[in-house]
Amino acid sequence: MMMPELGKYAGAVLSSYAVAIGLIVALIVVSVLRARRVKRDLEEVENRGRGNGTH
Amino acid sequence: MASIWRYANPRKFIETTDRVLPWVSTAALAALVAGLAWGFFFTPDDYRQGSTVKIIYLHVPAALMAINIWIMMLVASLVWIVRRHHVSALAARAAAPVGAVMTVIALVTGAIWGQPMWGTWWAWDPRLTSFLILFLFYLGYMALWAAIENDDTAADLTSVLCLVGSVFALLSRYAVNFWNQGLHQGASLSLDKEEHVADVFYYPLLLCIAGFVLLFIALVFLRTQTEIRARRMRALQARERLG
Amino acid sequence: MIALLGRDMRLAVRAGGGFGLGLAFFLIVVTLVPFGVGPQSALLARIAPGILWLGALLACLLSLDRIFALDWEDGSLDLLATSPLPLEAAVSIKALAHWLTSAVPLIVAAPLFALLLSLPQAGYVPLVASLALGTPALGVIGTFGAALTVGLKRGGLLLSLLVLPLYVPTLIFGAEMARRGTEGLDTTTPMLMLAGISFGVIAVLPFASAAVLRVNLR
Repeated sequence: MMMPELGKYAGAVLSSYAVAIGLIVALIVVSVLRARRVKRDLEEVENRGRGNGTH
Repeated sequence: MASIWRYANPRKFIETTDRVLPWVSTAALAALVAGLAWGFFFTPDDYRQGSTVKIIYLHVPAALMAINIWIMMLVASLVWIVRRHHVSALAARAAAPVGAVMTVIALVTGAIWGQPMWGTWWAWDPRLTSFLILFLFYLGYMALWAAIENDDTAADLTSVLCLVGSVFALLSRYAVNFWNQGLHQGASLSLDKEEHVADVFYYPLLLCIAGFVLLFIALVFLRTQTEIRARRMRALQARERLG
Repeated sequence: MIALLGRDMRLAVRAGGGFGLGLAFFLIVVTLVPFGVGPQSALLARIAPGILWLGALLACLLSLDRIFALDWEDGSLDLLATSPLPLEAAVSIKALAHWLTSAVPLIVAAPLFALLLSLPQAGYVPLVASLALGTPALGVIGTFGAALTVGLKRGGLLLSLLVLPLYVPTLIFGAEMARRGTEGLDTTTPMLMLAGISFGVIAVLPFASAAVLRVNLR
């Protein structure tokens, strides 16, 4: 794929793509990481509950 | 009985979304990559705006999502108030940060676009101003969720805030319009042929919008699952402390 | 109801929050503005309506957290909730007491402060009228915000974050009415909008505030 000719507005176009894609990727990464952590923690808490026989 | 309220059961919700999530995420990714690549590499420059027209593929979908996510939160809050399904309140909570990020994207890409087109990064244009106010509403909503410890109290209070906020956001929109006439372009998606963008830009734009919507759905499913689990964990821990 | 009103006003005055503090804050804002933007009276006259509106808004915000805080701490809010008086009415009375103690002095003193900012003669009547019409809305919206954050220990900052965006329409129409009046333009549209917001908010928002209070008292 060839880079299109962006002319004098290259900075504007590229920076807006960079910012937007960066923000979206950051949002996805944060969501996925938190999902994993919470899932793991919950499993741990649930297992602990069973282990103690309080469940 | 096939009713939508079946999915109000948290366990059922997690099961179903777990099954759907890979498909939705794949579709979102495909639509986003295809739409953005189409827009970025294979569309011509606009005769007036030059290559900056390519920003439209980010700016318009993000702006649309910013508003529609708030509306989705409003609906979810109403469902919580009326039917008291936890999943609904948690989905609203899960959606808010996504909406806030979309608002930021719309604002930032708008500023970057405005610089070469209007000669300024920021103007107190009605639409820009309304988005800034919308962003403040998102911040307040998220801050209220974060501030309250009891889950049910937080859900109730944020729901009412979302309702009242919606009314005031609408009011602000009209007040701001009255206060300053703007520089902003007409609606890019209007059905009115005169107003909306040319077809070359229109189809990749639609694909990008589809991508943003799918991405939002995938993120809300994932984040709602997280909120459900976090809520259950807090409940279990509270029980442990008591026992 | 009258008793509640009187009690709330006495409390506000005794806590030093009533007449004195809000006015002093308003005076300080008005004094600081020329230091920030320069003493040219032409410039000051131009921005005076906006500054006075902002000052009134911030002074109003300053005293919001006290509307329910004392009653929450000593438990009299629970008594209010279980008393025969509907909570909606109690909330309205409290908003009224807040308005009487924090906004009315500002409205009365506004011409004096306008003088300091060299507001033109023509601006006095629309300024005072716009404040008189708009500040009730500020009070009622603020009461809603105070009801939302009543149970929180450090609610002050959150309260501002929640309430200020809600103030946007009122501020726009209020300041616009004062500005247009100052410039000798027609003030009918912003005046009607401002009145509409005030009356609408007074009619509807106490229900939301009462609902929120009940949740917080649960």
